Amino acid sequence: MSKYYLNYLDELESEAIYILREVWAQFENPVILFSGGKDSILVTHLAQKAFYPAQIPFPLMHVDTGHNFPETINFRDDIIKKLGVQLIVGSVQESIDDGRVSEEKGKNATRNALQITTLLDAIESNKIDCAIGGGRRDEEKARAKERFFSHRDDFGQWDPKNQRPELWNIFNGKHFEGEHFRAFPISNWTEMDVWNYIKRENIAIPSLYFAHEREVVWRQNTWIPNSEFLVLEAHEEVVTKKIRFRTLGDITITGGDESEADTLEKIATEVAGMRNTERGNRSDDKRSESAMEDRKRQGYF
Amino acid sequence: MLDNNQLLRFTTAGSVDDGKSTLIGRLLYDSKSIFEDQLEAITNTSKKKGHEGVDLALFTDGLRDEREQGITIDVAYRYFTTPKRKFIIADTPGHVQYTRNMVTGASTANVATILIDARHGVIEQTKRHAFIASLLQIPHIIVCVNKMDLVDYSEDVYNNIIRQFEDISSKMLVTDVRFIPMSALNGDNVVNKSKNMDWYQGAPMLHTLETMHISSDINKVDSRFPVQTVLRPQSEGFIDYRGYAGRVASGIFRKGDEVTIMPSGFTSKIKSIDTLDKELEEAFAPMSVSITLEDDIDVGRGDMIVRSNNKPEASQDIEVMLCWLNNDGAKPRVKYTIKHTSNDQKAMIKEVVYKYNINTLDRIHDDKELKMNDICKVKIRTTKPLMIDSYRENRTTGSIILVDDATNETVAAGMIV
Repeated sequence: MSKYYLNYLDELESEAIYILREVWAQFENPVILFSGGKDSILVTHLAQKAFYPAQIPFPLMHVDTGHNFPETINFRDDIIKKLGVQLIVGSVQESIDDGRVSEEKGKNATRNALQITTLLDAIESNKIDCAIGGGRRDEEKARAKERFFSHRDDFGQWDPKNQRPELWNIFNGKHFEGEHFRAFPISNWTEMDVWNYIKRENIAIPSLYFAHEREVVWRQNTWIPNSEFLVLEAHEEVVTKKIRFRTLGDITITGGDESEADTLEKIATEVAGMRNTERGNRSDDKRSESAMEDRKRQGYF
Repeated sequence: MLDNNQLLRFTTAGSVDDGKSTLIGRLLYDSKSIFEDQLEAITNTSKKKGHEGVDLALFTDGLRDEREQGITIDVAYRYFTTPKRKFIIADTPGHVQYTRNMVTGASTANVATILIDARHGVIEQTKRHAFIASLLQIPHIIVCVNKMDLVDYSEDVYNNIIRQFEDISSKMLVTDVRFIPMSALNGDNVVNKSKNMDWYQGAPMLHTLETMHISSDINKVDSRFPVQTVLRPQSEGFIDYRGYAGRVASGIFRKGDEVTIMPSGFTSKIKSIDTLDKELEEAFAPMSVSITLEDDIDVGRGDMIVRSNNKPEASQDIEVMLCWLNNDGAKPRVKYTIKHTSNDQKAMIKEVVYKYNINTLDRIHDDKELKMNDICKVKIRTTKPLMIDSYRENRTTGSIILVDDATNETVAAGMIV
């Protein structure tokens, strides 16, 4: 006898597909924000399922800080070729060259916050009315308050205290010209759900997620990869370690963990035993207690 | 084993004083769903605030304003997983001025947990929370009689509270109610069985959540498939493909089923049920699939595919229990956009039949003005028929929202009577 209920991964998948189809039906010009990280790869995979046998009907958009892992860019270009979808790139370097933003100063300067301007410029110039992201509510306390359909005003800002209520499965994407939405189809997934699903579906992800030998520096309690952008302090030493990355951001701010996990099975087992949160190695979140909330209000992912 | 694990959504309503945050913190902590860096952060904050030990309530801290004011303003979603189930908690504030947030959190829940302070018994707020749970037709209610440590773990106190609660719940539409005596602060009967209440024979809260039967929560009888969008790949191998994409709202669809398209009334047969992974023999709620039909007929977003022998009612006049969500009250004789499944129409509130005093549950017949957090029965007229079921029978095809075209905000949520 067949069972008439879904397991939790199938239910999460079905929910995400439903959201993606609602986005397509309610907006004129949506894009998937694609960082090359596992969450945006997952959203892209789910979009394939949502529109099969048709192609994904919208472009992928990448905000390129210039501080990339080379592996991420290669992966991005491969997936674009495989899916046959359009790629839109917003370049932080161009924003700097155009004088829209200036580089941060100081020891731990990054281009993380600079992305906000580039992202909002790209949304405006491409007339995008919905940017689909891989944000999850379990990642961070400000993200725990996100809606599936999250309104942004004509300055691209989020007003967390004045959000539209979302009830049942009815989503309201109505907006005025110049405003846009962020949509988060995998809001209800946890890090563990993402890994279990990637494992189940055997989804291709960048090699950076698997344990590999790499030159790294110990900084802020994590292994920061050596790169052309890294300025070494006198006491710091470059060493080679077997590490893997649990999340992917800019090469300048993404810390790795020592690990032997070089298969999806081993990663899932390792993540299940993790005793620290996923973004614990992200220096962009460590700046203050409301670092994420502050950036999100301004228009961050 | 993992393959059979289900997802259970539950809602908590309450204020800091009820111990709601402590309860959630305790559930997460004792089920080992809290990470070391989170624990370290709240241990530090607890020390800074001069609390003794770790204040578990700090786990549910949210936005900056909420931290500053020490309250929950909005719905926050929290997640934890045990070897048996994945859980989503919709954590909502409990005061009367946040009724709309409670309604929001309750709209997707399988289970409502209602907290009662054992010292105070059933109070106005309890009544309100039970009323919202029954209004939103949450299939299961767990009444957590908390702070039992402050009443010497007394069985009499507990039994008295059960009687008080049953007094009010007997007047409401609730079916499955369970009671658990607990102390969230000390961890009695949350995850671990209490050693202080031998007289309680039931299971602790987590075990209850892990084992309660939820497969029947979704209507499996009335087959409804609101069409979200049409898939026309026009690529090699799929030149003539026309798939109707949607999520089964309720019931079961099988290949070969005789179906009717609402509202047009055209009939056809299901040719295939497709997903990227494989073609399916049948699809049931809440699966997202693409359905193709034997005949080439006009079907689009807003239409509903139903089994020909079991159709919803098509109506322009609907009676709705409405919760007003917006700061600005209802405007007389204004046309709102009504959203019902994938269908958008214009609608007008023709009549406010009565309003509830949600503390006493009395019906008010002389005040018909709709303000934020008001719950009322209204008559709505739409420009075109909606394909409706009653909310009691079908949470998806029985629910609507109203959108104000002047602001685009979602101003009200309704349950079709």
